Amino acid sequence: MVAAIHDLKLMLLFGGVLCLLVTLTLIGRVLKQSHNSNVNRSTIDNFNAQIAAWWKMCVVFALSLLVGPVGSLVLFGMLSFLALREYMTLVPTRRGDHRTLFWSFFVIMPLQYYLVGLQWYTFFAIMIPVLACIFIPTSIAVAGDTAHFLERTSKIQFGLMVCGYCLSHAPALLQLKIPGFEGHDARLLLYLGIVDQMNDLLQYVWGKLIGKHKIAWRVNPDKTWEGSLGGLVSATALGTLLWWATPFTPLQSAGMSFTICILGFAGGLVVSAIKRDIGIKDFGAVIERRGGILDRIDSLCFAAPIFFHMVRYYFVP
Amino acid sequence: MSEGIHPIASLLAAVARGITGVQVQWAGCEPDERQRIYFANHTSHLDFIVLWSALPSEIRAHARPIAAKDYWEETPLRHYLAENVFKAVLVERGAISKANSHEEPKFVGRSLIEDMAAALGDRNSLILFPEGTRGTGEKVGEFRGGLYHLALRRPDVELVPAYMENMNRILPKGEFLPVPMLSLLTFGKPIQVEPHETKHPFLERAREAVSSLRRIGPA
Repeated sequence: MVAAIHDLKLMLLFGGVLCLLVTLTLIGRVLKQSHNSNVNRSTIDNFNAQIAAWWKMCVVFALSLLVGPVGSLVLFGMLSFLALREYMTLVPTRRGDHRTLFWSFFVIMPLQYYLVGLQWYTFFAIMIPVLACIFIPTSIAVAGDTAHFLERTSKIQFGLMVCGYCLSHAPALLQLKIPGFEGHDARLLLYLGIVDQMNDLLQYVWGKLIGKHKIAWRVNPDKTWEGSLGGLVSATALGTLLWWATPFTPLQSAGMSFTICILGFAGGLVVSAIKRDIGIKDFGAVIERRGGILDRIDSLCFAAPIFFHMVRYYFVP
Repeated sequence: MSEGIHPIASLLAAVARGITGVQVQWAGCEPDERQRIYFANHTSHLDFIVLWSALPSEIRAHARPIAAKDYWEETPLRHYLAENVFKAVLVERGAISKANSHEEPKFVGRSLIEDMAAALGDRNSLILFPEGTRGTGEKVGEFRGGLYHLALRRPDVELVPAYMENMNRILPKGEFLPVPMLSLLTFGKPIQVEPHETKHPFLERAREAVSSLRRIGPA
């Protein structure tokens, strides 16, 4: 669908993202060249890796918009698949989970996205929380290994919830029928992505600049009160300024951005806690080339379903 | 093996790489076209194809797996895959250790070593899983004697240990549908039989060379 190209405000939003990316890329280059800086070398590499990832996301997102709603479904379906793959690789499972895992990857996840595509809201909303929640323990019980039964069931269920169910609410935004906003839903998705990712970046930047008091150093030593609040305020401000691209008034936009930022923070913190729990700091380094998808979308996984439901509750009659 | 790589082999290798998302690390040596015996731990049917696909294509064209005759000759499809697609060297499992237990005639084992040495020829490499059977992935099992005898027979060939991680979670023994988790493959430093080294110390050292490449460790 080339409809996206004729949406001027969408193009403006997208153009803004591209300008920002070019600026960030240049900053990254300059930082890399500067030898005598007191900024940590790995911090700069980290920053550049993040920007490279954003370029990729941006290209893929643009392509998916051109293809139309199916494109976004496929894109987010792939993201879910890769995130779940990473999660399951890192989380210890047992031999008896094999078939349950096969079902999770190849039946439950595709079905979730298929239902989103069908716009069958009542079904996709209960698919993983209700149906998979019953299916997974049953399937593990049938396999016959009862050791750590509850733990194994929860691990798989949680992975499906976060990587699959939660994230699938992002492309589901494209089907909300908001009066006066028909055909412009892609802007909503882009809005969510921008606010969420900018919150991640700004938290990081503020944290590096003025971060001092750690929030939960055991969970993630990089998260500070200064960084998180700085990110929250500045990303909310940015989101508010983007109200023109959404069906929201500036005040509503501020509320939505604020919610996205808080949830993004929560997602990042929870995924950090999982990583500390299974002690994968090392593993993260081992799979660096293929890994890191969960790190980049953890905040989106938490923000997407709540944002979806808020828009649906307040703006869809 | 001047005919090059069979197209089905390339296809299966691509599929296996996709499923396992394997990340290859040459930790103890570099990829090289010289003749080598790659020996690794064995936990999955995917092991050979993933290890093989991890080799650069010039090397891959001359790398042949050692496989169990009883399993690979069981059905026509398996036989075709082993013989025509992967140019496997089919050997009888356990024959070599039996041959060395003084109860069986020694020539059975000796002819097997000769077969493998012949398969090496003057430019091929071999891929060998010295445990002889698939394990659970918890620890590397005892090695069978073939590696030792082959190393003595062909001292010019380099012995490269390799460790494959997570393959048992992707496609464990007894399952036929894979779960697409990520895996790691690490090639270690080549080893050789030291002068006067006997079989058991060498096999133990070889096993240690493989299991020391483990990067994630038991959960």
